[in-house]
Order: sequence, then C-alpha cells, then structure tokens
Amino acid sequence: MEIVLVGLNHRTAPVEVRERVSFTADQARRASEELRSKGILEETLVLSTCNRSEVYGVPPETSRECASGLSTFLSEFHSVRLEVLNGSLYHHYDREAVRHLFRVAAGLDSMMLGEAEILGQVREAYRVAHEQGATGPVLNRLFQGALEVGKRVRSETELGTRPTSVASAGVKLAERIFGKLDHRSALVLGAGAISEQVIAQLRDRGIARLYVTNRSRERADSLAKQYAGEVLPWGEWEKALPMPDVIVSSVAAEEVVLRREIVEQAMQQRANRALFLMDLGLPRNIDAGVGKLYNVYLYNIDDLTEIVAQNRHARENEIPKADSIVEEHVGRFLSWQASVELVGLINELRTKMREERAQFIRARVESIKHLTEADRACVEKMMDDLLEGLLLEPAQRLRGEKDLRRKIHNVEALRHLFLSNREKP
Amino acid sequence: MRLGSLSPGARVHVTLFISTAVAYALSFALYLIFLNTGKALTGRLGTLLLAAGLVTHYFALLERSRGLHTVPYHDLYGSMSLFGWLLALTYLGLELYHRQRSVGVLVLPFVLVFFVAAHLAPGDRLSPPEAHGPSFALHVALSILAYSAFALSFVLSLVYLGEERLLRVHKLGDVVWRLPPLELLDRMSRSSVLVGLVSITIGTALGFLWVDRLSNKYSFYDPKYAITLLVLLLYVAYFRLARTTAWRGARASKLCVFNFLIVFLSFTVVNFYLSHSHRYF
Repeated sequence: MEIVLVGLNHRTAPVEVRERVSFTADQARRASEELRSKGILEETLVLSTCNRSEVYGVPPETSRECASGLSTFLSEFHSVRLEVLNGSLYHHYDREAVRHLFRVAAGLDSMMLGEAEILGQVREAYRVAHEQGATGPVLNRLFQGALEVGKRVRSETELGTRPTSVASAGVKLAERIFGKLDHRSALVLGAGAISEQVIAQLRDRGIARLYVTNRSRERADSLAKQYAGEVLPWGEWEKALPMPDVIVSSVAAEEVVLRREIVEQAMQQRANRALFLMDLGLPRNIDAGVGKLYNVYLYNIDDLTEIVAQNRHARENEIPKADSIVEEHVGRFLSWQASVELVGLINELRTKMREERAQFIRARVESIKHLTEADRACVEKMMDDLLEGLLLEPAQRLRGEKDLRRKIHNVEALRHLFLSNREKP
Repeated sequence: MRLGSLSPGARVHVTLFISTAVAYALSFALYLIFLNTGKALTGRLGTLLLAAGLVTHYFALLERSRGLHTVPYHDLYGSMSLFGWLLALTYLGLELYHRQRSVGVLVLPFVLVFFVAAHLAPGDRLSPPEAHGPSFALHVALSILAYSAFALSFVLSLVYLGEERLLRVHKLGDVVWRLPPLELLDRMSRSSVLVGLVSITIGTALGFLWVDRLSNKYSFYDPKYAITLLVLLLYVAYFRLARTTAWRGARASKLCVFNFLIVFLSFTVVNFYLSHSHRYF
C-alpha cells in the first residue's frame, strides 16, 4: 500500500517544460485510465495547474520500481524526451509524498505563498478522479486529508489572509473602509495590465458597478466587456467623479490627471461620503494634496508596495504554524495507513497459523492412535485458543495505540519476517 | 475565606461572583485571541461565554436584590453592576445584529471592571429614594441602559478614529486588517446611540412623571434634569449630523466622544455633588 508521486513544478521546471507536461481535464482522465490499464498504478490521480503537474498513485509493486515507469509514461504521454524531463521531475514516496501533497494543499508549495486557488484545484482534481473511479481507499483518504489540511491552514493561520499583490492590497484596503463592495461602484482610469488586475480583483470582491475609461476606447471596450463594466468616454469621466466610491488610476501621463480641486468638488457633490483612490501610475496620476481632503483615502504605488511587502513578511512568519498542521495530519494519515496494513498482516498471520495448525495435527496428532475423535477435537480447540490468544493482544494494541502504529515504520519487513513464503493478497 | 464557612446566601453570592468574573475574563481572552488570529470558532466561544456571563451576572443582581430587599441600583454597587450588565447586553445585541466580533475585546474590559469594581465599592447607608414601583424602576433601568449604550458608542467612535487615523497615514500594522471596516463601525455607533436615545427619552419621560408626583418634596431645578436634556440634545445632534456633508465620518465620531464626556460628567460630578435626587443613576 505504498504511495508514489512523480511530478514537476515551478521550482524544478521552467515554463517551457511545464507547459508541455500540463494536463487538460480530458488528458488527466485519459492518463489515469492508461496508468491503471497498463498496470503501472492501481489507484491514480493527476493534479495539473499552471505551476505544477503531478501524478499521485498507489502502485501494485514497490513504489521505487514504479517511479521510473511513471517517468517513462509521462514522457510518452506528452511526447517529451525523457532526458528533458529527468532534470525536472521529482519523485516522492510514502511519507514524503503525503507531506508534499499536504503542503501543496496548504499553499506552502505555491509560487505565491498561501494562495487560495490551489485548494480548489486539489478539490477539483480529486472530484474528477473519484468520479472516474480512479481513486481507491488510499488516495481517497489521502486527498480528504489534504483538503482538511488546506482548510485548517487557512482558518488557523494568516497564511492566506493578507493580500500580497498591489491590486489585491488596494481592493482589500477599500474593504477596510467600506466593508463589502457589493453595493459600491468603482471607476478605473486606464486600461493597461495593472488596471485589468485591479478590475479582476474588484469583480472578485463583488463590486456592484464598474466604469472603465481609457484614451483608447477599443481597449476600454474590451476590458468592460470582459468584466461586465461600462465604458465612459475619456473626455467625460470628470463629470462622473461624484459617483464612484473607489477610483483607480493607472494612466501613462506626464502631468497629474486628477487634480485636488476636481476631487474637492466631487466630494462636495457626493456629500463627503468616503472616497478611496489608488494611484498606480508612474509618474503619479493623482495630486498628492488629494490625500489631505476630508474623508479621502489616497494610496499610491509605493504605499501599496510597502503594504504588500509587510504582508509577505507576515505570511512567511506563519509558515512554521502551517507546517506543524501539515505534520500533524501526515502523522494521522501514516497512522491510519499503518493500522490498515497491520490489521491485514495480523489477518494473514492468523490464516497462516491455522494452516500450520492443520498441517501439524495431520502430521502429529493423527499418529497418536489412542485419541478418540472427541479428544482430537479438544486438542484442535486448545491449539486454536492458544493461537488466537497469541494474536489477540498485538491486534488489540495495534487498534488502540496510535504511537505503536507510528513506531512500526516498515510493515513490509514484518511481513517478510513472518510471511516470507506467502504471496501478498 | 473558605466557601464552606459561609452562610448559604453568601455562598451563592460568592459562587455567582466568581462564575461571572471567570466567564467575562475568559470571554475577553477569547475575543483577544480572535482579534489576533481571526479564528471564527474562538470568536463564537467568546460570544458564548459572554452570554453565559450575562446569565450568571443577572442572577447575581437578582440574588442581591432579594437579599437586600431592594432594587440593584439603590447603591453604588448595584448601579455599577447593573451598568456593566447592560453594557454587556447592549454589546451582545449589537454584535449579533451587525455580525461583528472584533470590538468585543475593547468592550469586555469595561464590563469586567464595572462588575468587579462594584464588589469593591464601599457600602453606603443612604435612605431609599421616595420614588418606587415599576415606573420608577423602568426610569432608572432605562437611564442606565442609555448610559451603557452611549458608553458603547464612545468605544466604537474611539476605534473608528484610531482606525481612520491609521488608514490615512498608511500605517496599517497587524490590527487594522482585523478591525471592522470604518463604515460598519459608524453604523454600529449609530445603532448604539439610537438604543441610548430611545432609552433615555422614555426613561427621562418616566422620571418627569415622578417629579410631578413628588413636586411637593423636590425642586424642578435639579441640575440633573438640565444635563440630561443636554445629553439628549447632543446625541440627537450627533444622530442627525452623522450623515450630513460636513460631519460625516471622523467629525461625527469626535462629536460622539465629546458627548460621552458630558454623559460621564452627568454620571459622576452631577450625580455625586450637584443633584438632590439622583445618586447612582
């Protein structure tokens, strides 16, 4: 019941390799089927995101032998030469494979530490594999554990709470002022990449109304269409200024775009309701004096970058806490795995002893002629009781004592010691 | 002092005191952890312990009233304890209504201090007030409820001003991410003031009924009447101004803080040194 993991991620492979080895949903299904039909794995799950492609499985034989088979399979499946992959692939077994998955689900292995999306991607990969019937008792337990770890790390640590991009930090700051954004409106000046990031964050946080304005109407139209916003003509946005609660400016301009007098006038018109401004332009688009106006909160790119740096630092401080949650769950999983394996071993031992007993009676007891049928039955019963007694205590201790299960690291060695001449069921 | 050596009444009193103090203290600790870690379960437990503290605190007040055959606001002890209880009750109502627990850590110390300080207050032998009966009890209870609601709005306004300042100077630290949004703090403060305004209006009206009944014994010119009317007017002004162009936001919160200073003056200086008929309410 070993677990094997073969994969690559943003740390081990450059994007040109990652993109060649990534799986679409259909490819993931097909790969799972092929791996099982070829007998490489008994249980299998493919996890593929933009930063990682990983195959988890339970092999029929020992995992170290199957890892090379998995590498070859990946190479053939994606038509990538094995030499290209070999430098990028990592192989993990049992404890390390479990720990790796739990760290992935916790966001500890992500490019953006603590990112939330990975947990949804793990959940989706598990759902697909489970529906396909590709998972079995081991991977079911493993991935349910991973989802639990992901949830616990997010609720018990601050790993994923603080925004770590300028766009998300700005939007979260707006929430510090307004609370939920679902009845607020935002105006975005400029339609470049950073504006798009902010718009995506605003939409993600449920902004009610979104207005986009740009010198190039075409780009504004495209952004507005993509994010269900409205376009304001470049020359007319000043008139709309009293309306939005959040203003984002990221315009390439030599001079200030938003002057203090204009904002002052807008504040009068909006009855001094709070206004949050994000100046993401360089040179700055908004007059610094705007930040001194009553009920106006102005953050420029440096302010937001500093907040992001503080938040990244705060997230990093949470790593030990998150790792301890991971370790706790790794221990739990290995204990469960050991209990299943050990109970299986005990049952096999019981079967073996019964066979030995039958052989013994045939060879020895039946040669004693003066014993009646009743005597023989009595001797058989006594031997059964003795054998059962020998196995009962260890079986009970294995069920009840978690620590004992943890101490028995290698069930295979025990099996080899006591059942060396028996096939694994 | 061993519990076994006390009379049954005193034993109940001590048990209720300890249970209430422990419940409030634990609730405070859990709210503090909630503010630091954001763990929802910790926050919920904090609320649960606050509710438990409110129940035991209620029985502590009831038991004392029964024992002394008097209402809990007749002396400094009862008045302070009742104030603490109503403060906790108002906060719990506000927390449940606005679904916001982050302020609990700032309110619980006041509740705890009032509850414990009440026990340390010296006993007094004032003659009972002339007024009595349900309408008088309601007058006092509503007045104390109003004071506690105003105290709560004071705390909320201070939090608002602190958070607003940090947001304006871009120094967020760790706590700002955990505190309620400014607009929610503003709404909570206004809700609290509304509770206070309704209570003080009804309470004062009932008080004037008693003034009318006892007009042969008491003067109409008790300074308490004037300051209560001033408090009422100031909070009405806050309630009206808080949503106007000039006052919206930090200015309104500053007014709320100022108003509470007048309430504090009314509750202390006016009650102790100037009023003829109001001592602890």
